Amino acid sequence: MKSQHASFRAGAYDAAPPCGLEPLMSAQASAAPPTGGGPSRAGANNLDRRTFLKAASLPCLAACAGGLAGARPGVPLLALPPAESDAQFIKEAKFYEKLPYKKIKCKLCPRECAVDDKERGYCGVRENRGGTYYTLVHSRVVTAHIDPIEKKPFFHFLPGTLAFSVATAGCNVNCKMCQNWEISQVRPEQVRSSYVPPPNLAAVAKQNACPSIAYTYSEPIIFYEYMADAADAGHELGVKSVVITGGYIQQDPLKKLCRHVDAIKVDLKAYSEKFYKEVVNGELKPVLETLVTLRKQGVWSEVVYLVVPTLNDSDQEFTGLARWIKAELGVDVPLHFSRFHPEYLLKNLPPTPVETLERAKAIADAEGLHYVYIGNVPGHPAENTYCPKCRKVVVARVGYTIEGVHLRNGKCQYCQEPIAGVWRA
Amino acid sequence: MCGRSEPTTRRAFLKSGFALGSALLGTSPRRSIASPASLANAPARKSRIVIARDPNLQKGGASLDSSRLLKLLDRAMQASYDCDSPTEAWKKIVRPGEVIGLKVNCLAGKGNSTRPELVEAICERLREAGIKEMVIWDRLNADLESARFRIVERGSGVRCFGNDTLGFESELATYGSVGSLLAKTLTQVCDAVINLPVLKDHGIAGVTIALKSMFGAIHNPNKYHVTVGDPYVADVNMLPPFRQKVRLSICDATNAQYEGGPSYMPQWTWPFNGLLVASDPVALDYTGWQIIEKKRAEMRMKSLKALKREPAYIATAADAQHGLGTNDPKRIERVEV
Repeated sequence: MKSQHASFRAGAYDAAPPCGLEPLMSAQASAAPPTGGGPSRAGANNLDRRTFLKAASLPCLAACAGGLAGARPGVPLLALPPAESDAQFIKEAKFYEKLPYKKIKCKLCPRECAVDDKERGYCGVRENRGGTYYTLVHSRVVTAHIDPIEKKPFFHFLPGTLAFSVATAGCNVNCKMCQNWEISQVRPEQVRSSYVPPPNLAAVAKQNACPSIAYTYSEPIIFYEYMADAADAGHELGVKSVVITGGYIQQDPLKKLCRHVDAIKVDLKAYSEKFYKEVVNGELKPVLETLVTLRKQGVWSEVVYLVVPTLNDSDQEFTGLARWIKAELGVDVPLHFSRFHPEYLLKNLPPTPVETLERAKAIADAEGLHYVYIGNVPGHPAENTYCPKCRKVVVARVGYTIEGVHLRNGKCQYCQEPIAGVWRA
Repeated sequence: MCGRSEPTTRRAFLKSGFALGSALLGTSPRRSIASPASLANAPARKSRIVIARDPNLQKGGASLDSSRLLKLLDRAMQASYDCDSPTEAWKKIVRPGEVIGLKVNCLAGKGNSTRPELVEAICERLREAGIKEMVIWDRLNADLESARFRIVERGSGVRCFGNDTLGFESELATYGSVGSLLAKTLTQVCDAVINLPVLKDHGIAGVTIALKSMFGAIHNPNKYHVTVGDPYVADVNMLPPFRQKVRLSICDATNAQYEGGPSYMPQWTWPFNGLLVASDPVALDYTGWQIIEKKRAEMRMKSLKALKREPAYIATAADAQHGLGTNDPKRIERVEV
């Protein structure tokens, strides 16, 4: 099977996802044909006409985005109309308690912000107005791309397909290594946005042959209401929804979210509370609880662990992480060790040495996890999926490109071993 | 004629001599006007905070007597700078040709924000000191309007607008635990800033006075309210534009609030009828905090420490690493006029 998204083949790994969140990689850059160095492994001759036209259109669409693109140089966007007024984005938030004197307590994430009138929570996108809590980002899209789903990364969910990927401004943590801080660490009014109500989002995803909508780049939990509504609208048109999140959410909203979406990738940023406190401005325990709940709820999930040199790269942490996953989630949950690149407030650290990632994988493999990957190292053999029984490659990848799929009905075509995942739409 | 009576140490003399030399050479346009940090670091000099009060400032608790307010401001400024006239005092802070930012705090609407009457009085004295361009500024135009200011985005003279008019820089400014985009009004428009906070309780950070009011000049204040604002408030004030441009704080304490802030809560607001003036924002915050604690005790309310919202960021701002001023009562000269 040849990937239908060969045009998106990565050549832009310099835009790696330091916080585990996928980077806002330039669609223009990724859509450009390889230059120099000879043909790529997924060379231009792999492009079909439809894919070529789609790729070629992206820069044009980006140019049409006008002011939107201007807000973040180098980040082309799909052409979406600029917003007409702030009022169209404002809806009463879910998951909060009213307190005396017009105060509220947010119950969406474990932070439980107590918010005064006219103030906002830590996320910056939910505001108390006279004792009622509002989301300011419903349908308020700040960026939209068509990405290969491998970029999220999802390796065991509809491989080789495209995900219509959107974000609003805001985040409920503040990772020092965030690559997308220009949208995640700002307030919605500080970036230009477009009004994309749920039915429109679902329709545009379908029109662009994307079997799924991905809520990504910033932190989808903080635009929960929009995400849930859009997921429902997508399902009406046969479009699935996937979430790329830090997993810092309370149990009640999480369980309700599981009824709306089809897969969730969690950025487990470290296996230590210290890292979460000092680097993430969050907590580890609720994120682990999120992963356990996803397992119990039966939502397909994958885990990304961004390896940051000197901060979360000890053998002890890798071993603890692998053992915890094996015990609490099972050996079939894919675990991606991703390479860090210096960004935002952690520019003083070097990129993760590949040897460190290989050490992490070796430890996780030794603990018995079946699907351990190395991310942001294009061409590394640990991008492939190997059958846990016969050890043959069942999904071959280079970067975001699928080179071959050797599965039949979700089983290894060589030995018939079931391979965990969602392989068909 | 102005003058402060503290003896000049050799170190202070050398420092002032260097500043004068720099000014003559044109290498430092703001030479002889001491920054709060340099004042705090001067070993022999205490940080002076002037508390000026007038029990008849407000008629019936709401209506402010503008002429009495101007006189109160003059008394405070003259006492702060040992000057015989208010104009002389203002000339020690600003110089003709500069664009002066007046950073107000309008979060609490017309209930308990920086009073336009105070800002008007300051503008009058700045004009007399030779200032032609002033910018009244805060977070949002809507906040300013809710506090009875009128938005004037263009023209010469006195302008008034929120950060939403000019937006923020695109490059992060970082110090310690903070990384923020700074308001262009601060970085590109104003040569110097006079901070005009209010005196009030804050439900998360303990109190919000001079130091915390600068959250109104960054793009992401919502990120820095955790852990009672410590060390974030101190770290934000370490960012170079704040250290270089904020020359004076005049706290509007005509009405003060001891509970329920930062929103306006009339049941916890009392007429303090005063102004707190200091070039050391740490000393001002420390003193203001004590005033609020005293009022809380009078009203038989628990201390902020007991409520786990003691404003520890004030001590952090005073520590050796930050050096933004002093929170040591022995190093604070409290002058009441």
